Amino acid sequence: MTAAAIFPALPLFLPELLLAGGALALLLIGAFAGPRSTAFVNGMTLLLLIVAGALVAMQPEGRTIAFNGAFVVDGFGRFMKVLALIGAAGALMLSFDDFRQRRLSAFEYPVLVLLSVTGMMVMISAGDLIALYIGLELQSLAIYVICAFDRDSTRSTEAGLKYFVLGALSSGMLLYGASLIYGFTGTVSFAGIAAAVTGAPHSGVIFGLAFLAAGLAFKMSAVPFHMWTPDVYEGAPTPVTAFLASAPKVAAVAITVRVLVGAFPGITGQWQQIIVFVSFASMALGAFAAIGQHNIKRLMAYSSIGHMGFALVGLAAGTEQGVYGVLLYMAIYVAMTLGVFACIVSMRRNGQPVEAISDLAGLSKQHPAMAYLFALLMFSLAGIPPLAGFFAKFYVFAAAIQAKLTLLAVFGILTSVVGAFYYLRIVKVMFFDEPKEALDPMPGAAKLVLALSSIVTVGYFVAPALLNVVAVAAAKTLF
Amino acid sequence: MYHAIVFLPLAGFLIAGLFGRIMGARASEIVTTSLLFVSAALSWVVFWQVAYQSGPVHVTIVNWMTSGGLAADWALKIDTLTAVMLVVVNTVSALVHLYSIGYMHEDPSRPRFFAYLSLFTFAMLMLVTADNLVQMFFGWEGVGLASYLLIGFWYEKPSANAAAMKAFVVNRVGDFGFLLGIFIVFVMTGSVAFDQIFPKAAEMAGKTFHFLGYDWNAMTIACLMLFMGAMGKSAQFLLHTWLPDAMEGPTPVSALIHAATMVTAGVFMVARLTPLFELAPTALVVMTVVGATTAFFAATVGLVQNDIKRVIAYSTCSQLGYMFVALGVGAFGAGVFHLFTHAFFKALLFLGAGSVIHACHHEQDMRNMGGLRKYIPYTMIAMLIGNLALTGFPYTAGYFSKDAIIESAFASHSPAATYAFLCVVIAALFTSFYSWRLFFMTFFGEPRWKHHDAHGHEDHASAAHGRDDHAHAGHGHGDHTPHESPMVMMIPLAVLSVGALVAGAVFAGSFIGDNYEQFWKGALFTAKDNHILHDIHHVPLWVKLSPMIMMILGFVIAWWFYVKNPALPKQLAADQPILYRFLLNKWYFDEIYDFLFVRPAKWIGSFLWKKGDGWLIDGFGPDGVSARVVDVARGAVRLQSGYLYHYAFAMLIGVAILVTWYLVGGAH
Repeated sequence: MTAAAIFPALPLFLPELLLAGGALALLLIGAFAGPRSTAFVNGMTLLLLIVAGALVAMQPEGRTIAFNGAFVVDGFGRFMKVLALIGAAGALMLSFDDFRQRRLSAFEYPVLVLLSVTGMMVMISAGDLIALYIGLELQSLAIYVICAFDRDSTRSTEAGLKYFVLGALSSGMLLYGASLIYGFTGTVSFAGIAAAVTGAPHSGVIFGLAFLAAGLAFKMSAVPFHMWTPDVYEGAPTPVTAFLASAPKVAAVAITVRVLVGAFPGITGQWQQIIVFVSFASMALGAFAAIGQHNIKRLMAYSSIGHMGFALVGLAAGTEQGVYGVLLYMAIYVAMTLGVFACIVSMRRNGQPVEAISDLAGLSKQHPAMAYLFALLMFSLAGIPPLAGFFAKFYVFAAAIQAKLTLLAVFGILTSVVGAFYYLRIVKVMFFDEPKEALDPMPGAAKLVLALSSIVTVGYFVAPALLNVVAVAAAKTLF
Repeated sequence: MYHAIVFLPLAGFLIAGLFGRIMGARASEIVTTSLLFVSAALSWVVFWQVAYQSGPVHVTIVNWMTSGGLAADWALKIDTLTAVMLVVVNTVSALVHLYSIGYMHEDPSRPRFFAYLSLFTFAMLMLVTADNLVQMFFGWEGVGLASYLLIGFWYEKPSANAAAMKAFVVNRVGDFGFLLGIFIVFVMTGSVAFDQIFPKAAEMAGKTFHFLGYDWNAMTIACLMLFMGAMGKSAQFLLHTWLPDAMEGPTPVSALIHAATMVTAGVFMVARLTPLFELAPTALVVMTVVGATTAFFAATVGLVQNDIKRVIAYSTCSQLGYMFVALGVGAFGAGVFHLFTHAFFKALLFLGAGSVIHACHHEQDMRNMGGLRKYIPYTMIAMLIGNLALTGFPYTAGYFSKDAIIESAFASHSPAATYAFLCVVIAALFTSFYSWRLFFMTFFGEPRWKHHDAHGHEDHASAAHGRDDHAHAGHGHGDHTPHESPMVMMIPLAVLSVGALVAGAVFAGSFIGDNYEQFWKGALFTAKDNHILHDIHHVPLWVKLSPMIMMILGFVIAWWFYVKNPALPKQLAADQPILYRFLLNKWYFDEIYDFLFVRPAKWIGSFLWKKGDGWLIDGFGPDGVSARVVDVARGAVRLQSGYLYHYAFAMLIGVAILVTWYLVGGAH
């Protein structure tokens, strides 16, 4: 690889470079300055994430390829990257106060988040299987560590360990699938695979696709590769859970869309079946299993499984409109999830975090503003118009119906009805149950995140075009 | 002026209903009563103008609804028939309002009572001024509602609630027929407005419509359906059961609604629709039979009742039967005339009975009265006049109208004429007997009210008997001597007495006599070959004398039974136990209906509730689904064991499923 092949690409690669370089620099600062530097590192990380987001947003329109096709910058990637950065920044903001109260504050956490986000960015922009794997492993390894960040808590370490072991297994599957695909097509680049796989492919390719999809589904926590999700969500410190529920999901969905639409457009009928199955299973499990939960973080784990199922309805359509639906869904999902976790992170009684749903009893009397916004987000998650969550579902179902997946859409609507039960139950607990001892007031950062999230959730209905125009353009670049 | 007549009662209702609590009972009474008196005075003016001067008036208030071919205006059609009803309704209503001030003076919810009375009056005026069937139905239901509210006025009494519901439900049966009748008329003529229906009546008469494999004569069916509505409202045989129970309401209500006005709505409706009924001979025969049967049946039941109000209620039922006989044989003028006179003397009787009840501290059982003539002489005189008019004593109101009906029943060529004539003549005998029985039991003989002080009523035989019992009143303890009613109650009695005496003589010539044409001005339609009102002047002498003979006979028997030889009735009842019980229990109609309709309906209801809704719909619907959801949720939660190797295994199974799917059949 010559220098000429690398250096012209650097401007395209600038956001990733900034994050990676920033991570290394902050790591050094932290290592030398010790715990005193934590606040500084936190602040710098947040700044880096915002600057990276601005840089991504300012990248040129259209589709640009670098590193011999290994790295792709296009509207779709930029949309997803901004989402992932927003998710990461939001989750990071939620961690400041929480970690201080848990006495967990350490400069390593923001650095690990930065590394993970760098991995996501690489993953979202991946143009071949190698880049995909590098990005995916970078983001995953960092996440394994931060899941176990509360080292003295058995639940946290257990969560980290479980995620690591299962993640290794899924990586193995993904690599096995990638090697099969490479073996049968002779190329790792998505463009090359797309050219090679047309008509009736060799079953080896399909085999490889199945394994690859399994690995990606694990990252999305789609059924049946979701088993880690409830345990890890519950065990990990809450800000980490907030991070897990937002940024990595965006990256995983993004790369799944890019691989399936970008590398296998010739056999859409084949991978559609996988996605339909996974989507069916995720929506069903997300709706039903959440009903039995008492811990709100576990409940959100199942909720996120269900939402991944809904997002995949759009992908299952396999059309430009379907991808448009997925983009909208992920954007609205990230906004709602951050708001919900802002509330969950703030669930403390006398400084101790509480996680049971019953701890929310009577919240409407103690913290009415928080209770109303929380209820608003719950209604939105349940998909009740005119809140944003309704439109998210509306667009993916509409795409599915146009792609003649009516059964999937109908099933999705039915499961969303079942799902509404547990979202509304939280509202009921907050507004109608006998109050317990009051929760502590919300910290400022959480208030800010909750406010922004609520504005998006309500405001989308007022000015949907702001988001829709960008999403339409982003979806177009994939086709 | 026409607007004022109709809307003053509405204004009274709104004022008393909305602000009654604020402005107090006395103000409510004065407002509603004075508005009604204005309305009544105007009614007489309108009656004079329409009947004797200028003729019919039509006032459109507003276009009510237009939907496709259906157009209904809210309009006042004021011809002689309407004018007669305006006079009846507003006069009696105004007097009842006045009377109620005295009668209800100890009731705490008087504003509500007067609001309801005014509401009723307004609805009744809507009914009688209707220029189309839809508006008439509106008024029809409005009076039904007011009747329901007033029967159940003392809602803390379970028997009053039950009676109110019964009245409403039984009326629904009739209303169903009425509605079907309206539908048929609309389908056949394309209109609901009288002015457009009537010219098309002749053309409709020939038409048939196809239903259930038969071709039905449209006019006959329509008229039968409409008559069914009239049967419900006017408590005719088979649909009469609600009227005696309606006596649970306060007595002024019984006088206004269940004697003088609302129950005559059926008669009015048939009279209004004479252009249709005259062309449906079958329906007229049915009407004659039903009316005659009612007249006879209700009179027999009235013979043995002991509750003073129930006797008069059955009497009302019976007299309504007379009116339908008159309409059925084509003597429409006689029917409406009897309606007119009956309103005076029946309201008089009811208000008189109310005065008696008031005097006896809300005692209604005649067996606990007796000898009251010394204590309430003016009430006795009023009741005497009422009785004379009801039984048809010469030159009182009833004499003209009732005799005209009996004669027309004889003169008619209807197939049912002989049956009707026999029924009404026998009923005249019974009427005379029960009227004088009531009179003698109440005012003559030994006083029986001193025997039981402090409420020890042993009328277990009459558990269903309504007692005008103000639940709160402190009566029944201490002073028990009957007392004459106050002036506000006596004035209406006096006015109605005058009406009962002279209304017949004054108006007979107009209603049924020589001035028939000028008076009605076509408001009542009579076919060309219908000369019945002329024919009644040519019946044999014994027919003309028969009502008089019956009246005297009834009087003598009653005198002999209850004054001369008071032990005789008990002995007779003991000798004829089956007949006595049959009559006392009103021919067992309530029991039969209970068995035929009420219990099966309850059974079906509870079946649908417990099995249909509880087991089937809830079980397989909401409850079942939610139970299954919970089961599935429990299963899904159990999958989450927490063991790493389970999770890994699940992932491998997932991959295996995907791969197998493709290998076995998916990959094409």
